Amino acid sequence: MAISTIDGQKVWQRRDRNTQLRTWALWLVGTAIFMWCWQQISAATTWPFFWDAPRIAADIGGRALPPRWSYMDKLWAPLWDTLNIATLGTVMALMMAVPVAFMAARNTTPSALFVRPIALLIIVSSRSINSLIWALLLVKILGPGVFAGLIAISIRSIGFCAKLLYEAIEEIDEAQVEAITATGASRWQVMAYGIVPQIMPAFAGIAVFRWDINLRESTVLGLVGAGGIGLQLQGSLNTLAWPQVSLILLVILLAVVVSEWVSAKVRGAII
Amino acid sequence: MSAALDERLGKPWKKPPLISSPALRWTLLIGTVIYLILAMNSIEVNWSRVYRGLDRGWQFVVAFANPDFTSRAAEIKDGMIESAVMALTSTVVGIAISIPIGLGAARNISILPVYLVCRSIVAVSRALNEIVVAILLVAIFGFGPLAGFLTLSFATIGFLSKLLAEEIEDMDKVQAEAVRATGASWLQRYIYGIHPQVVPRLIGLSIYRLDINFRESAVLGIVGAGGIGATLNTAFDRYEFDTAAAILLVIIAVVMVLEYLSGIIRARVQ
Repeated sequence: MAISTIDGQKVWQRRDRNTQLRTWALWLVGTAIFMWCWQQISAATTWPFFWDAPRIAADIGGRALPPRWSYMDKLWAPLWDTLNIATLGTVMALMMAVPVAFMAARNTTPSALFVRPIALLIIVSSRSINSLIWALLLVKILGPGVFAGLIAISIRSIGFCAKLLYEAIEEIDEAQVEAITATGASRWQVMAYGIVPQIMPAFAGIAVFRWDINLRESTVLGLVGAGGIGLQLQGSLNTLAWPQVSLILLVILLAVVVSEWVSAKVRGAII
Repeated sequence: MSAALDERLGKPWKKPPLISSPALRWTLLIGTVIYLILAMNSIEVNWSRVYRGLDRGWQFVVAFANPDFTSRAAEIKDGMIESAVMALTSTVVGIAISIPIGLGAARNISILPVYLVCRSIVAVSRALNEIVVAILLVAIFGFGPLAGFLTLSFATIGFLSKLLAEEIEDMDKVQAEAVRATGASWLQRYIYGIHPQVVPRLIGLSIYRLDINFRESAVLGIVGAGGIGATLNTAFDRYEFDTAAAILLVIIAVVMVLEYLSGIIRARVQ
């Protein structure tokens, strides 16, 4: 805050001159970077295609509508696969995430020097790679199909679940743990009666939250050959069967909305 | 003697069950078991294929110890720059669009028709998967980073406006009212009463979204929307695991640096 004078009168200013200059310099640099980036994109774009876009969009829209409802018969099985990938993937991820979370949390880790960094490394690497990349890799290793998708989803989810879970473990009320320890309980009993009941609501919330995300992600895994409804989408796109594409997109949208509704309901009931 | 003692002690303590109604508890349990059995059975695992694949999996793990940055260095560099460019521009444009939409989607400062329109934009943007949007935009705008940029901007709107709207709904009303009492216009009320309250959170969320956009831009290339994903996809297709490992290591490194920087910046603004 500063006072400056305009025409000999003192007026209030929000920032003094140096701060203001620095702010403007930052904005200038930011704008320059943005403009440079924009040029890069612009250079890589075929602009005639861009100007043509409304016509193409209208054309695709015209072909895609109405959706081919009869194709629904072929979508039930992939939809079931998609649901299984999401659910079993979440279950598997949680089973692996729990030990990782206990190893990563500062107050429960067996060794802060060796075990904790390893657990954190597992969390970071699982989180930084998208499930589609995991699927791409696992299709090469395990062969195409639902199994690769399932493993991809579960590997991808470990980091997310373990991170949220270990933060929950670090925030527990130590008094309860001390009370259990004071009864002469063993390490495992302290965990079962002192820590687990405290993180149970967080655990359930994380599970449902991740299941919801996984359902979204598993709808597109088929694009790289990892099973589920994405496989049908890929096939329809390749044959330019737009009425089928629009139906599949509608089904995906509906599945996502339903899963969001379910997860909101369940979380509302738990917390 | 011992019977009398038992009576005085009463029944031993048992942990109360998670769901108190036994009927609901058993239905849920049995239903879950049936579902799991059905689901497990519907997943076919071709073990001989897996067995053959294990060799390749091992090659991939080994490749991480010996990543090949050099033989495709030019492609990796171009891909990374394109990914970064897409992430940056889409975050900037996405934020610029999300602020008005976020304001409109906050129930306490907007009128009902505007609120409904903005909320439906948020809902549509959040429900559509980035990859699906990218496929459609690639079909419409052609291959290249422009489709990726548009996809990420669209996804950013849903994410940022929703969180911004929630932040505005949770803000301290007193400050906004104080500014209003001075006779300020709607815009002045926003700039002096509301904006300063949400700015730290907005900066934090923007950096977080930049991080997400970068990660997403790494996969958009798989469907032809520009970025490092195209190079990665080619590397996997050619079974060049050492190049793929190098790309993944670069992605992990950038994500970690971004996460570290965002931690510092968020700590400074809050």
